[in-house]
Amino acid sequence: MALLTLTSPHAHGRNSTSRVMMTVTLATVPGLLVTTALFGFGTLVNVVLAVVVAMLAEALVLRIRQRPLGFFLKDYSALLTGVLLGLALPPLAPWWVTVVATAFAIVFGKQLYGGMGNNPFNPAMLGYALVLVSFPVQMTTNWAVSSQMADQPLAGLLDAITTIFSGSGADAFTGATPLDTYKHLISNSTAVELQKLPTFNGWMAGGWEWVNIAYLVGGLFLVYRRIITWHIPVAMLAALSLCSIVLGWDPDMYTPVSLHLFTGATMLGAFFIATDPVSAATTPRGKLIYGAGVGILVYVIRTWGAYPDAVAFGVLLMNLAAPFIDAYTQPRTYGHEKARRGLTSKEAR
Amino acid sequence: MSTVVIAVSVLAVLALIFGAVLGFAAVRFRVEGNPIADQVNALLPQTQCGQCGYPGCKPYSEAIANGEKINKCPPGGESTIQALADLLGVEPEPLDAEHGAEKAGPMVAFIREAECIGCTKCIQACPVDAIIGAAKQMHTVVAAECTGCDLCVEPCPVDCIEMRPVETSTANWFWQAPQQGPQMIATDSRPHAANDNKGEAA
Amino acid sequence: MTHMIQLHTFHGGIHPAENKSQSNGTPIRTAPLASELVLPFQQHIGAPAAPCVEVGARVLKGQVIANPQGFVSLPVHAPTSGIVVAIENRAIPHVSGLEEPCIVLRPDGQDEWIAHQSLCAELGVDDITDIEPAQLVHQIRMAGIAGMGGAGFPSAVKLSVKRDEQGQSPIDTLILNGAECEPYITSDDMLMRERAAEVVRGAQILLYILGAKRCLIGVEDNKPEAIAALNAALVQLHEEHHIDVVKIPTKYPSGGEKQLIRILTGLEVPSGGIPAQIGIVCQNVASAAAVHRAVDIGEPLISRITTVTGDAIKHPGNWEVALGTPASHLLQLAGYQPQKQPRVIMGGPMMGFTLPSVDMPLVKTSNCLLAPTAKELPLNDMAMACIRCGMCTEACPVELLPQQLYWFSRSEEFDKAEQHNLFDCIECGACSYVCPSQIPLVQYYRHAKGSIREERAAQKKAEQARERFERRQARQEREAAEKEAKRKARAEAAANSQSAKPAPAAAPTVAASASAPAAAATSETLEKLQKQLTATQTAIAKTKEKLAEAQAALAAGDESQATKITALESGLEKSQTKMKDLAKDIAAEKKALKAAPPAAASTAEGTDKGDPNSPERLKRKWETAQGRLDAAQSRLAEAREQGLDTVAALEEGVRKQQERVDEAKAAWQQAESGAAAPVSTAVAVTESATDKGDPNSPERLKRKWETAQGRLDAAQSRLTEAREQGLDTVAALEEGVRKQQERVNEAKAAWEQASGAQPAATDTPAATVAALAPAVAPAAAEADIAALRSKVLAAQDRVNKAQERLDMAREQNLPTVDALASGVAKQQEKLDQLQQQLAAVTSTAGTH
Repeated sequence: MALLTLTSPHAHGRNSTSRVMMTVTLATVPGLLVTTALFGFGTLVNVVLAVVVAMLAEALVLRIRQRPLGFFLKDYSALLTGVLLGLALPPLAPWWVTVVATAFAIVFGKQLYGGMGNNPFNPAMLGYALVLVSFPVQMTTNWAVSSQMADQPLAGLLDAITTIFSGSGADAFTGATPLDTYKHLISNSTAVELQKLPTFNGWMAGGWEWVNIAYLVGGLFLVYRRIITWHIPVAMLAALSLCSIVLGWDPDMYTPVSLHLFTGATMLGAFFIATDPVSAATTPRGKLIYGAGVGILVYVIRTWGAYPDAVAFGVLLMNLAAPFIDAYTQPRTYGHEKARRGLTSKEAR
Repeated sequence: MSTVVIAVSVLAVLALIFGAVLGFAAVRFRVEGNPIADQVNALLPQTQCGQCGYPGCKPYSEAIANGEKINKCPPGGESTIQALADLLGVEPEPLDAEHGAEKAGPMVAFIREAECIGCTKCIQACPVDAIIGAAKQMHTVVAAECTGCDLCVEPCPVDCIEMRPVETSTANWFWQAPQQGPQMIATDSRPHAANDNKGEAA
Repeated sequence: MTHMIQLHTFHGGIHPAENKSQSNGTPIRTAPLASELVLPFQQHIGAPAAPCVEVGARVLKGQVIANPQGFVSLPVHAPTSGIVVAIENRAIPHVSGLEEPCIVLRPDGQDEWIAHQSLCAELGVDDITDIEPAQLVHQIRMAGIAGMGGAGFPSAVKLSVKRDEQGQSPIDTLILNGAECEPYITSDDMLMRERAAEVVRGAQILLYILGAKRCLIGVEDNKPEAIAALNAALVQLHEEHHIDVVKIPTKYPSGGEKQLIRILTGLEVPSGGIPAQIGIVCQNVASAAAVHRAVDIGEPLISRITTVTGDAIKHPGNWEVALGTPASHLLQLAGYQPQKQPRVIMGGPMMGFTLPSVDMPLVKTSNCLLAPTAKELPLNDMAMACIRCGMCTEACPVELLPQQLYWFSRSEEFDKAEQHNLFDCIECGACSYVCPSQIPLVQYYRHAKGSIREERAAQKKAEQARERFERRQARQEREAAEKEAKRKARAEAAANSQSAKPAPAAAPTVAASASAPAAAATSETLEKLQKQLTATQTAIAKTKEKLAEAQAALAAGDESQATKITALESGLEKSQTKMKDLAKDIAAEKKALKAAPPAAASTAEGTDKGDPNSPERLKRKWETAQGRLDAAQSRLAEAREQGLDTVAALEEGVRKQQERVDEAKAAWQQAESGAAAPVSTAVAVTESATDKGDPNSPERLKRKWETAQGRLDAAQSRLTEAREQGLDTVAALEEGVRKQQERVNEAKAAWEQASGAQPAATDTPAATVAALAPAVAPAAAEADIAALRSKVLAAQDRVNKAQERLDMAREQNLPTVDALASGVAKQQEKLDQLQQQLAAVTSTAGTH
């Protein structure tokens, strides 16, 4: 009787890669809903557009690389990349910005490195960085303004579609982000003056705080489901807070910690972008270092850099360091006095 | 004028000091033997087969240290060439076919003992003394010491030595690497064929 | 006496579905014997046992049928009485499906035990505490007990602990592993439930052997019945004991030795080390029960409890089964229903291996046969790419970075994998279990480990080969150097004696007579005398040198040298007289020696039989002469090189020596050819009956020819050498070669003639008989015909052989072809004649 010969273990948990990707995608839903509610339909349209482009780009490259389409599309990694890009891009950015960012993310950021699991950089952030440096105007002026600011209307679904696909931009719905505003205005005004601006609406950030809280909720869900570990988000947020408290203690000179934590892409970055497992550090201690590095970079670029937000750059720069961090942060293995470091095996012999 | 003198004298003094330091270092840290040749020798497979044209691995390693090509070792094959290239910082070259082809697996000499006439020719040919026997007595190969170099096959007047592949037993059997998933195979469009865990029935 | 045990935890771990209730509901059943038992030599880690029974022998239950080979090895016992039907290679329970030597036993159904008793009874003591621990360890070893949890490490090896001078054991804690953390398996669970007393008794014995202070029996909390049974057994002990049953939380792989140690003690076994290093010995509960049986009953390990379970099994449960029982037998008992994609796993779903065939026998480590359905344990989905999610890192019980190991193993960067502690991986499968991409991680690690081990073995072997090669080279160099040194020493000695020789007026004759016998000297006194002579000669030579110097100085006008010269001259004279005396003594000694040559010869060489003219002796003489000639020649060459004035004298000596050599050679050759006949008769008779003592038989002649040819070759090579070195012996050698060539030609011709003529000659009797046959025929009995027939056959044979020889000669283009051809033709003729005779005889016989 011929029997099957297999390697142990023969039992297997019910987890799967597709499930992981789908769970992450689902965890973004609260953030997406809040964004749509407060900033109009631009983001939703963006997400849909980005997902479609991502799937098409993935299918195209897989076809060219002669890989089984169904097998790879089912892992939903392209879907997730599209969703994250759609969420990260300015809600009313022209359609071609989204298309370029997504296609670049999938083709150059992922598939050309060998497909899922082989990309050294976070694909979504690579696409984002590309359009950010290529089209700075479109990337900084097309942010929707919250409905909490009564003097501006909220973009409806039709408005959003027209604005995005006309590519012209619509001043009626857009404005600069709170981070951008604060950074530019603080040089010749005081914090108290800025608080009175409609953008800030007190100490809070004109609706952005709710979006960030929604992402925080989604992120905690991921931690609870053990899709991600607490290390990277905690380290990143802690580093960012610490920097802004210690270095930027004076709100008359620097953006305060509340704005750092609850505006921009902070929570989205901490729980969904920086935790992308493929390109992040993987050892427990390495994750802490990696997360802290992202946090510090975000603070540094936000404060002294030319760009109002910096999650993309922070993550990409730390992606570069991830393999090195991993090599030097191996855990102490059972039965060993101390952890090994680096990649040379001389002491192993 | 005086600046020139000062400059020259300072340089001279410096030259003397560093010369002395170098001279001292040369004596104090003298390295015995030829370290490169030893390192090369450590990478060679030590079959002592002489297929490279040198009478053993050590002479070949010395020749490599003196600029001989690194692709003349068929028993070592591509992996040895790669290791030598890494060590010496040169481009790996394909194996020089002139010196023979790389064998599929490790081999061991086997004497068909019924046919052996006890001529001791193979004993003299064996570079690692892995054949035992006496004149007019049947010889045999100490399999554990045999490097599979082939050198004993040719001298045998009755052709009673053959090279056999080293047999796999449960002691040296180990799992093959799983076949790489479909993402690694450019021509593979059928995902099921890529899974070695299925369908491999014994 | 339960103590509070502070429990610890280990990193990671998983909680797979337990699936234990299927098989632990029914009590242990005893499986009936199979019709054939297959017992591999190796059912344990270590060296395989060597069989000690013959095929066809009847063995009794519990009899040793294979002996351990080495320290880490175990014997194999017959699980029942029966006949050994084969000792051959059979597929053993190993995932490779490879065959290894096994003993095949056919039970005779009588199940007859070999005589056995408890060790106490055997040694006549009351209690095991009266027995030396080493004796108990030996008993356990000879009972063949191996770790029964799955690894199969010989228990006795773990128990062989060295105590210090005070008799203190280094072992503090004995841990009995009853965790059984693998899903599905319940064999230890059932054993602890039903045979708790045996386990506890085993623990007591082990505690005594190890001298440990306490014993902890670790059982997962999903086996409350087992814990209760063990506690009950402890209560019944009624004596002081230090055994505790510890309930540990259920988590895979808490049953791993290292993990269990960590849970129970908080200590970690050093990487690459053994638990004994931290004062712990760990044994499986089933092994403890087996220890009890071995010591208290004297029963070796011949059966074990095996769980048969899985959805493809109708009646899952536990069976006590004889070792060597084919898996198929047990599966059949349990009602196995083959599936579409049949899988039978030996061991559990996490670490077990699939059997390539169900014919494989159960061995000491086979704790479970799991036959799952595809629905129950779905086949791995196709592996997707690793997304480095880190779930494996969280699950790893030894805190490795499984996904890093995976990348390194996959890209064959084994050194990096090793640096990431690949060899600390216990292959528990937790990482694969949690992997969302369903990557067969463990297989990668196993492959990497195997490759590294193979590489290391190859490296070790290369190192060994290098060493052996270098030693061989050193030896060869040393031998060459020794040879060279000997040659030099000879040349020097020769040069010394030579340089001294021609110096004094009386020297030449003396030296000649002195140096000539030197080589052949056998008498000790002679040697002594000669040494003295040489010394004197050297002294003379030196004095002469000094004298010459002094004279030169005198000539130059140094008057003071005059007295010195006189002194030197008188000294020289003295030395010369001494030398003459010595020379005389030597001559006398030699005469004395010559007077008793037969005696000396016979003592020297028993086989010579005292004949001074035997070829052997002559040959030796020739060789000695040749040796002397060579020495003389080398001396001459040296003298020439150094431009000494002794050259002429030496040349003369060499010429004489050459003559002597030629004489000796000629004498020997004559003797050889002369002696060949008589001597060979005897030799030939004994050597080959077919030769019939004929000295002129072709074989002998051929041998002669070959010998001559050999000599010719030797002479030629010597000649070439001489020519190369420009020696003056060339002419002589040339002459020798020419003569030798002649002799070879003669010998060859003789042989050819003989081999051509021989068949005819040997056939003569047959031919005569054949010729006579008609006359004899009328009276001839059937026997004669038979004889004639055999002769025909023999003749036929000869024809064939001759033909063969001819063919061979033709192939090699030998000059003997013609002779052989004529020989064949003659043979054929004879054969034809014989056949005719036979026909005639037969027909005549027929008419009578």
